[in-house]
Amino acid sequence: MIRGFPEEEYFVSGHRACAGCGSAIAMRHVTKAAGKDTIVVQATGCMEVVSTPYPETAWRLPYIHGAFENNAAIASGIERALKTLGKKYNILVLGGDGATFDIGFGALSGAIERGHNFLYVCNDNDAYMNTGIQRSGATPRYAHTTTSPAGKVIPGKMEWKKPLPFIIAAHRAPYVATASIHDIPDLYAKVRKGLSIEGPCYLQICSPCVPGWGYDSAKTIEIAKLAVETGAYPLYEIENGILKITHHLKERKPIEAYLKMQARFKHLSAEQIKEIQATVDAEWNHLLELEKKQCRFY
Amino acid sequence: MPEMVVETSKAIAIAVKLCKPKVIPLYPITPQTHIVENLAEMINNGELKAELIHAESEHSACSALLGAQAAGVRTFSATSSQGLALMFEILPIISGNRMPSVMAVANRALSAPINIWNDHSDAVSARDQGWIQFYVESAQEAIDATIQSYKICEDHDVLLPGMVCLDGFTLSHVYERTYVPEQHEVDEFLPEYKPVTKLDPSEPLTIGPIAFPNSYMEFKKMQNDAMLAAIDKIKKVHNEFAKKFGRSYGDGLIELYRMDDAEYALLGMGTLVSTARDVVDNLREKGIKAGLIKLRCLRPFPKEELRKATAKLKGLAVIDRHISVGYEGPLFTDVKSALFGNDIKIINFIAGLGGRDITRKHLESAFMDLKDGKNGRWLL
Repeated sequence: MIRGFPEEEYFVSGHRACAGCGSAIAMRHVTKAAGKDTIVVQATGCMEVVSTPYPETAWRLPYIHGAFENNAAIASGIERALKTLGKKYNILVLGGDGATFDIGFGALSGAIERGHNFLYVCNDNDAYMNTGIQRSGATPRYAHTTTSPAGKVIPGKMEWKKPLPFIIAAHRAPYVATASIHDIPDLYAKVRKGLSIEGPCYLQICSPCVPGWGYDSAKTIEIAKLAVETGAYPLYEIENGILKITHHLKERKPIEAYLKMQARFKHLSAEQIKEIQATVDAEWNHLLELEKKQCRFY
Repeated sequence: MPEMVVETSKAIAIAVKLCKPKVIPLYPITPQTHIVENLAEMINNGELKAELIHAESEHSACSALLGAQAAGVRTFSATSSQGLALMFEILPIISGNRMPSVMAVANRALSAPINIWNDHSDAVSARDQGWIQFYVESAQEAIDATIQSYKICEDHDVLLPGMVCLDGFTLSHVYERTYVPEQHEVDEFLPEYKPVTKLDPSEPLTIGPIAFPNSYMEFKKMQNDAMLAAIDKIKKVHNEFAKKFGRSYGDGLIELYRMDDAEYALLGMGTLVSTARDVVDNLREKGIKAGLIKLRCLRPFPKEELRKATAKLKGLAVIDRHISVGYEGPLFTDVKSALFGNDIKIINFIAGLGGRDITRKHLESAFMDLKDGKNGRWLL
């Protein structure tokens, strides 16, 4: 319980998530922030599998799961049906990074273009964790996954993470934000803001994964915090196309501290760490510039 | 009941309008497009109070169908060929979640080679996904089957989705004389949609959970039981419809033509049946005891009805507008299995793939082959 936040739980204990699961923390607080007048649409993934083993359910909200790549499309149908019934509920569309960045991207893009009123929340843990830690479009460069193993010739994933919040913002989405499970008040505020704004809103949450990232399960919050404080996972909002950094960093911690905590990066050479640091620096400076210039994403 | 000459696609749109769906997700594909274009026009002119969802793919159109139905409203969509193939993943999710959505399928060949013309490869390939499937022969039957489908699918003992399959171009783009029911007549026949399960914050429930090996089979058994129970419901609804509107199609599952004393018969689905009727008449004039069985409903499969209808036959030629590559026509396989143990010669003709015309000559030759004890073949 956090002081000042609702006591009601909508994603309740008994689910089968791993000890220290970052995504489960995200589910709990996102639903708390949304409240009871909410319909949940979830893509296939860890959070769906661990929460709905028939005949049990961890959801105290009306909930539907269809398939992997269609949560935004199912939500589109729900939203229009509610409109014809004259009812208005929060529609919370949940998906992991595989569902959001990759397989469900077309459905999400279409739903945002059509302007449905929902909040899409991506619990981003950097890979397909449910199927056993495979590379996704959200996996950072050099991360070891089971389909981008750190080998003798190819040292993990070779591509950079897809800049999805920017791509969503370019759709003219009225509200796009990133959040982290280490800063619950900020997460609450962003969920509520996303639900209060009419139209398709997008929130992407840094949700560390114990087996996927390879760290002690007691360190989930610490690692999420470090992701933000090193600039690896910057927190910002893009409202009506204008970016604002919501967690400014006067002094960014070196990326090495974050990388060294995780088994998926244990193979990195000093050179590779330097390269990642240079990219984080460049991306951070880009954010500062975007914020300063107030240039619109569309 | 107003009489009008109308394109079958528009006839379906009119029937859908009379059934008052609330959400219509759509994605264009030939030859289905006229159906949703007509619905869009009705909505934008204020004649139909419904929401269109201009999905960015058939996969999403089908997913939106699921979402809208789960939220508690009547829905409709339409597709063809590759569109149905793209929807394929969601078809068993809609039926498995027992959502009674209704969809029109303007039947078209599957790629490759790409071909926009008619055969049954799209819908027959989706046969096993838990949707009731009607194959219609005329614009009138398309109207009637659409209205009947909502009543059958939404029955609380059934709760399964349904497809109204019509031959692309050969029927979808053909103008025919039809009788269009009045709104009050449809309202009397088709009650307002009352969902059994829906997404509602006042009664939260989980739709689409994961079922482990200890429960998955029970879900599937219940679904299959419901599909089998639909056989009687289809007949019942068909009879009610016949009483109210004065039109009937056999028993609602199969329709027989000159079968009373027939020795040899053709069996098929869709528009080829109209040609076959003519062929049967010609053969009768030559003194041959010919008959015809129109299979109106492919799933659930009317096994007992078919056994009864063929009990006195010497031979049956099954015309498939689809090939299960590596074996035979799927309709042939189904018919053989239904008639197993009966003393009857059954042969198979593959015809009309990718829009190839099925002529009287084709069907006459098939018939003569059957009578002469020959084997089936491709009617090229």
